[in-house]
Amino acid sequence: MLRIPCPHCGERDATEFHYGGEAGVDYPSDPAALTDGEWAAYLFVRGNPRGWFRERWFHAAGCRLWFQVERHTVTDEVRTVREGAA
Amino acid sequence: MSRRLTTGGSRIDRSRPVMITVDGREVAAYTGDTVASALLAADHPLLSHGIYSGRPRGVMGVGVEDACAYVQVLSGGGEPMVAATTLEVHDGLAIERIAGRGRLPSDDDTARHDTLYSHAEVAVVGGGLAGLRAAVAAAEHAEGSRVLVLDDGPVLGGAAADLPADSAAGRELRDLLARLSGLDEVSVLSRTTVTGSHGHGRLVALEQRPDGVAKRRLHHVQVDQVVLATGTHERPLVFSDNDRPGVMLACAAADYVTRYAVLPGERAVVWTAHDAGLHAAVELADAGTEVVAVLDVRETMAGPLAAALVGRGIALHLRAEVTGTDGSDDETGRLTRVHTTVGTFDVDLLAISGGANPAVELFSHPGGRTRWSEEVAGFVPDVPAAGQVGREVVVGAAAGDLDVVPDWRETLQPPATVFRADAGDPELVFLDPHRDATLADLRRAHAAGLSSVEHVKRFTTIGTGADQGRGFGVLAVGILAQELGRPIGEVGTTTYRPPYVPLSFGLLAGRNRGELSDPVRVSQVHDRVSHAPMEDVGQWKRPWYFPGTTADGLEELDASVAREVRAVRTGVGMMDASTLGKILLQGSDVGVLLDRVYTNLFSTLKVGKVRYGVMCGPDGMVVDDGTTARISETEWLMTTTTGNAAAVLDSLEEWHQTEWPGLDITLTSVTDQWAVVAVAGPRSRDVVAALAPQQDWSAAAFGFMDWREAPVAGIPARVMRISFSGELAFELHVPSWYAAALWDAVAEAGAPHGITPYGTETMHVLRAEKGFPIVGQDTDGTVTPHDLGMSWAVSRTKADFMGMRSLARDDARRPDRRHLVGLVPLDGTSRIVEGAQLVAHGADLTTFPVAMAGHVTSAYPAGHDGRPFALALLDGGRDRVGEVLDAVDDLVPLAVRVTGPVSYDEDGARRDG
Repeated sequence: MLRIPCPHCGERDATEFHYGGEAGVDYPSDPAALTDGEWAAYLFVRGNPRGWFRERWFHAAGCRLWFQVERHTVTDEVRTVREGAA
Repeated sequence: MSRRLTTGGSRIDRSRPVMITVDGREVAAYTGDTVASALLAADHPLLSHGIYSGRPRGVMGVGVEDACAYVQVLSGGGEPMVAATTLEVHDGLAIERIAGRGRLPSDDDTARHDTLYSHAEVAVVGGGLAGLRAAVAAAEHAEGSRVLVLDDGPVLGGAAADLPADSAAGRELRDLLARLSGLDEVSVLSRTTVTGSHGHGRLVALEQRPDGVAKRRLHHVQVDQVVLATGTHERPLVFSDNDRPGVMLACAAADYVTRYAVLPGERAVVWTAHDAGLHAAVELADAGTEVVAVLDVRETMAGPLAAALVGRGIALHLRAEVTGTDGSDDETGRLTRVHTTVGTFDVDLLAISGGANPAVELFSHPGGRTRWSEEVAGFVPDVPAAGQVGREVVVGAAAGDLDVVPDWRETLQPPATVFRADAGDPELVFLDPHRDATLADLRRAHAAGLSSVEHVKRFTTIGTGADQGRGFGVLAVGILAQELGRPIGEVGTTTYRPPYVPLSFGLLAGRNRGELSDPVRVSQVHDRVSHAPMEDVGQWKRPWYFPGTTADGLEELDASVAREVRAVRTGVGMMDASTLGKILLQGSDVGVLLDRVYTNLFSTLKVGKVRYGVMCGPDGMVVDDGTTARISETEWLMTTTTGNAAAVLDSLEEWHQTEWPGLDITLTSVTDQWAVVAVAGPRSRDVVAALAPQQDWSAAAFGFMDWREAPVAGIPARVMRISFSGELAFELHVPSWYAAALWDAVAEAGAPHGITPYGTETMHVLRAEKGFPIVGQDTDGTVTPHDLGMSWAVSRTKADFMGMRSLARDDARRPDRRHLVGLVPLDGTSRIVEGAQLVAHGADLTTFPVAMAGHVTSAYPAGHDGRPFALALLDGGRDRVGEVLDAVDDLVPLAVRVTGPVSYDEDGARRDG
């Protein structure tokens, strides 16, 4: 069972959270200026590294905070946690 | 004939006899017996039959490593395929033998199961010497550490519990137990098998409670540190006819003596590859079995064990092997003769021990990797799962430590690695008795070109039985390695996955079954409508229809709905709409957020007005629709589809928190805070006017999509002119506390007008006639607002909204996209089937594939005109109105004509009454 450290509530079972995928994928400032390919890349293409990964979590069954963690995808070790999940 | 010894038996209580029933016959046992020990004591070794071969099978092991002895439990609600070696007896227990697989009991499982959650600093899995040493060390050296010991046996001690009390192991065990009992922070769960190690210090365990009200408990255990002291599983040796009743694992045979005072055979041959088998031979001989020969595959043997055998006059044959067995001709097929390389022996017990497999299953669950150890002659833990580093340690025999039991340390002789694949008839060499898989099957897999152990497992089913290959699995890997001519370490084991032992669905559900299997939500009006048949909408129970009473009894669905529809179309109806999702949006930037998430413009909405909106995902596909009312300059009330409220709130939260945190917005679910009664139909204004006579409810004063605050029957209310039926309609929103009072007041005020309560089915008919889609029923994640004919709700002037860029793609503008259309049966009377596929009229349904042009999304037996109609998604449907197609259900075509989606009051003339 993955344990997620919520910056507000502390470490909890992953079942309390929703996974939000890769962090740092900003909504484009001017979607109309993007080609179909660029727009598709925003919509669908995400990193899937073997190693450290910055990702978003939502404490859905808790404080309802979105936040970012840096998690190692092999060891599940969490390196950093911070509020806000741009 | 009883095989029960007159003395001994560490696990049985002779003062508490128990009677169980086996195949309808009573069998005497003692408290503490397992079904297997009770049957062996009664000289009743035949338990089951091979799943395919039908060959008789007896008890081979003493615990979870047994691959033969499964029984059907008949008492207590019944349970299929339970391991006889771990099932403890109790009065009233009734079982029967099974042929390979059990059968599901036909009745509900009434056994009570509980679920518990525990937290500790350290969990020690396994209560043998190694585990107890670790538990004492953890508790004594880390002040305040809570230590949880989980052991699958009824008593702690593991192998040491089966050794004499005055042995070094026995003395150490007594000392450890004494120290443990003085440690307040140590808890012990006996009869508790850890079934899964799920990483990050999470274990799941099955506790058997023969005397409990709940017979089993499922424990979810969260700890910082896991100590795996899981010991070993005894590995068999193989030869022709190795599956006969009377062939047992040697240590298991000896354990039946020490634990249950059962002599498993009168005359025995013992065949072993390691010292434990020799120990077993001595124990069997001392208990009264005539051990006629001991065969050891090893080349030399010295020390006290050899001397002990010689001292008892037992012949020890080195470099010797068993080649086959004979059995009785009767249905029991019991062992009568053993063929070996040193002669033939007439015996009723063949005790075999090919080695000890470290129990690495729990180490492997989260991803730990094993390696082959020649020294141990087994796979031992090697690289722990990455996520378990620092959280998990393996100790004792499970770690490949051969020195756990102090009495054996000094004299230990190295075990031999032996698998034997070359002797006897390969069709009769069973590598998985439970699956009836043989050496011949393994060779067929090899001949078919399979070389990966995972592929061979799936081809042969070896290791897929209820015992999961705990005993035979490594043996089969060794034989596969020989066949492949590769080192066993290179071949490796298959992947071990939870659960370690079978878990019943009833146990997993615990008390969350039946009505408690999922939370049930009822509206605040439920008391007033609970007599109606209910429809499940997500977790909500909603009145489906309100059957009236007729001379023939209660109305059926169709008749009731027809009456309810007629009432709304010609008079007035009332419906509980409280389950609508309701989200309160507060702050100065709500308009900005709404402009971004709805396809149409919201920021311009004036206080006192309501607007309908469609929401898309960034991919341009419709995800929800609903109305939003502007309550004040900074307060808005959004309604969502009943089943979609949480998802919409989550989505708004996500966009706000992650993309636009600077916006001044607060989001609150108020679904449960407001009750809603919809009053719909041409007479609805009269009803509302009677409830709130001080207000002007005329269309001029209170237009479509207006809302106002007004006391309704003296209750503070928000009245909204929203219509989901196409008729003049009012939604009355009141604080939930007033729900029942409002319902009663509306019913009373409506009585002179014949007000008729209606349910979700009528609501669906009414909205479908108006072509209003239900998101999730008429849409499926591939449907744009344009596909629904809702281009009017998609802004052309906003700079951006969710989905706008996707809707600008060429594909979103294809004229042949699937559009929402209406359908009527060509014959005017036949019912269209929901989910039916739309194909060309007269298409040949016998030649596949048949080109599919769309499907029916909603279908109803009767609209306002009493005729069947439907909604459908159809390729290029908007340009195909009038066309005739076949709606095919289960290969039966029905000719239908395509219409527009709106089949009632196309001009919208009725909404003002």
